[in-house]
Amino acid sequence: MLAQLALLFGRLSLLAVGGVNSTVPQIAYDVVTLRHWLTPAQFVQLYAISNAAPGPNMMITTLIGAHMAGVAGGLVASLAMILPAGTLVVIVSKFWDRYRDARLRNIIQRALLPITAGLVLAAAGVLLRQADTGWQLGALSLVCAGLAWRTRVHPLWLLGGGLVLGLCLG
Amino acid sequence: MSEARLTLAELFSGFFKAGIIGFGGVLPVARRIIVDERRWLTQPQFNDLFALCQFMPGANIVNFAFAFGARHRGLAGAGATILGLLAAPMCIVMLLGGAYARWGGLPAARHALAGLAGAAAGLVLGTALRIATPIFGSLTNVLIALGVLALVLLLHLSLPFTMLIILPIALFCSWRRA
Repeated sequence: MLAQLALLFGRLSLLAVGGVNSTVPQIAYDVVTLRHWLTPAQFVQLYAISNAAPGPNMMITTLIGAHMAGVAGGLVASLAMILPAGTLVVIVSKFWDRYRDARLRNIIQRALLPITAGLVLAAAGVLLRQADTGWQLGALSLVCAGLAWRTRVHPLWLLGGGLVLGLCLG
Repeated sequence: MSEARLTLAELFSGFFKAGIIGFGGVLPVARRIIVDERRWLTQPQFNDLFALCQFMPGANIVNFAFAFGARHRGLAGAGATILGLLAAPMCIVMLLGGAYARWGGLPAARHALAGLAGAAAGLVLGTALRIATPIFGSLTNVLIALGVLALVLLLHLSLPFTMLIILPIALFCSWRRA
């Protein structure tokens, strides 16, 4: 299991263009559809817990690892997710300043923007499909999306509101 | 960058603070600590290094910790920033995961978690729209974003294949406009 976790997240590490959220559809496919480690409901709930906890949003990998193989699983999944990308960034940052105004750098940056947008939209699609099992939850998601998009309200308020609303609806 | 080399303890403590109080996104907190409070970087220096971390694969703020730590103290520096950033959140999230495994099936917890999940999914949609807003002005970019969306969501293409198809197209379009 530890080797599987290392392989899965190590592979995803270098594909996480524009952040960990880009890989959410792929993580969901790997751990829910393909391997049946988690149900769709469990996946989106673990994702939500990782959002409600402090720390970067890569904590979803820690949670999945820990869910599958305890503390060792959490550590292995996290390291697999951060080490390949981290090593790459350390190497590239040595050259980064030298190419500050390079045309190539601008071209790559501009090319990645719409890809990141598409990937995070897809992540939202996957999570919405798993989370919204009724119209009330769908409406809750849309309101949160609108507020997160257009206002500067702190995410914790939205998550807390969702939690309380879920309790009331149940 | 010309700033004085920070000690391992300084690197650890700065990123520890960012990790532990950074709810729902560490970036704003990290920026405040590094630029405003400790003056380790000026705002333009911070923006420049963060731009690199955004455009490299991986978690942006984790990348930032790697690059910043390595600039000051090499491998040990990167270890100090990463440990500082992740140690506490990882412990907390694993405790929460343990609680979820133990009590997540109780009716009240199930309902609360369903609401939490609905809100979290909405948050990601909001974030996605925030990222996508600047590209609405360019038809090419909108088509590329929609292409990615369709490949992943409708055709269930894996991330490596999606990148293999889309990246050359996006690079070509970006190169032609340069």
